[in-house]
Amino acid sequence: MLVGCAGTTQTGTSKPPALGTPVGAAEIARWDISIPPSGAGLPAGSGTARQGQQVYDQKCLSCHGPKGAGKPADALVGGIGTLASKTPVRTVGSYWPYATTLFDYVRRAMPITNPLSLTNDEVYAVTAYVLALNGIVGEDAVMNAQSLPQVRMPNRDGFVSDWPPRER
Amino acid sequence: MSKKNAGRRRFLVQSAALVGGATSATLSSPAAAQELAGQPWERVYGAPFTGYGQPSKYEAPVIRHIGRPYGDLAPGSGASLSPIESLEGIITPSSLHNVRNHSGTPDIDPKEHRLLIHGMVARPLMFTVDSLLRYPMTTRTHFIECSGNSNRGLTPQPAQVPAGAIHGNAACSEWTGIPLRVLLEEAGIDASAKWLLAEGADSAHMSRSIPIEKAFDDALIALYQNGERLRPENGYPVRLFLPGWEGNMSVKWLRRIKATDGPTHTKDETSKYTDPLPDGKALQFTYEMGVKSVITRPSSTMTLPRPGLYEITGLAWSGAGRVRQVEVSTDGGASWTAATLLGEERPKSFVRFRLPWEWTGKPAVLQSRATDEKGRVQPKRADFLARYAPDIRFHNNSIVSWAVGADGKVTHVYA
Repeated sequence: MLVGCAGTTQTGTSKPPALGTPVGAAEIARWDISIPPSGAGLPAGSGTARQGQQVYDQKCLSCHGPKGAGKPADALVGGIGTLASKTPVRTVGSYWPYATTLFDYVRRAMPITNPLSLTNDEVYAVTAYVLALNGIVGEDAVMNAQSLPQVRMPNRDGFVSDWPPRER
Repeated sequence: MSKKNAGRRRFLVQSAALVGGATSATLSSPAAAQELAGQPWERVYGAPFTGYGQPSKYEAPVIRHIGRPYGDLAPGSGASLSPIESLEGIITPSSLHNVRNHSGTPDIDPKEHRLLIHGMVARPLMFTVDSLLRYPMTTRTHFIECSGNSNRGLTPQPAQVPAGAIHGNAACSEWTGIPLRVLLEEAGIDASAKWLLAEGADSAHMSRSIPIEKAFDDALIALYQNGERLRPENGYPVRLFLPGWEGNMSVKWLRRIKATDGPTHTKDETSKYTDPLPDGKALQFTYEMGVKSVITRPSSTMTLPRPGLYEITGLAWSGAGRVRQVEVSTDGGASWTAATLLGEERPKSFVRFRLPWEWTGKPAVLQSRATDEKGRVQPKRADFLARYAPDIRFHNNSIVSWAVGADGKVTHVYA
């Protein structure tokens, strides 16, 4: 007579291994560089457009052109009000819906040869500069964790969500 | 002499004559060896074994079509397109897989790379690559297509370049990995977390928001591509893979997943990968790649040497699931014939179609039109364009036209 083997594992329904290790808040903070439109997670620091021009001229101009005109990299300025025309010009100023995305993107990706190198103040300042070039904030407006999410971009209402997708 | 001795002597004399003949200075047949067929490589010992095989040097022209819109300023930003015009079957060889990068391919040490899962979870967790490799995995064959694929087919004049240089920002491979749901459950994702933010370890830290429904549906944490570990340019050591959805969202070099209550509205789902409409607004979060097909042969820049029987062949796919049928036209869309579909009907995978065609030598315009299991039909180019603003650059799944001239030259046309 066979005796059942108590140590046998079932195949196909076994639990996965669970090999993740716990992470503390301090470590997570070093990784979590995403900024949603609410501004949650924006760090301490601040900057104005006037300060941002110094940063821009040193670290951004060689690719993005004087005053964000573009060439060879994308233009940052211009095109506000052209989106419904036959020649739409899509820049930070004319197309981006949220100023917080500009902070998020500059911090994680720019300058393209040395990302994650700018200080928080520098990111706020150069963000303020690009917004000011587009006429969206004043030269001396202070961008920080409180003020940046309040900035209303010209194209804030310009997107239609396709999630969940419309019937086609 | 006795009779026996005479016989033996005769034998010995005859043998001596034979032996004498064999030791003479010249061979009985002094001309060259009989002319046997045999090319030079048949007459020498072949090359030794190698650890990692390569294609024949004679196939060296079969390489990707590289586009770098920022030139030397950002040589790794842009795309390297698969030469679909030269390939067969449905699996893209890994070395010819399309590559769309925003800041080049990072050089990642798998021992140092980590994947962080955090946000609206009970237990934020960090994973090493070695630990991920120990999870039970699943294997599936799926295409991945950049949302910008075929936007070169939207230029005012049709580009006279090979099919892959226009439509090659797509590939199909066998992907092996861990269902994302397994890791999210291990972290104890909140029921109220409706979105994820996925982020890569390239220097651009490319990030996208993912609806939780997709995460729990068929999203994979992929580690293998066509049986071997992911290639660096396709995401080594670990990537996200979202079957059927725009390629940008299958974040390569995955380093972080954050469970959130809403979308993050990253740069790559606002300023890019949004579909501008004629009224000035733009569609956002258009995820599923539409039903599509393209004839890979005969295609632009090829020449048919003479009238006769040719096989029209190409690829079809749909982000919605299976391809139900592919029709081919040789008269610019006036009439259509169902092509044969080869192989298994896999959802969200390339399928190859074939149709024999007797070319009479008269000009012809070749097109293919795919229909998927949801009944959606690949649109005409003009109908696709009519839906969007003039500078639309994404989700072009419209019908492709190749014109065959009386001289046999195949060109790209808009029809």
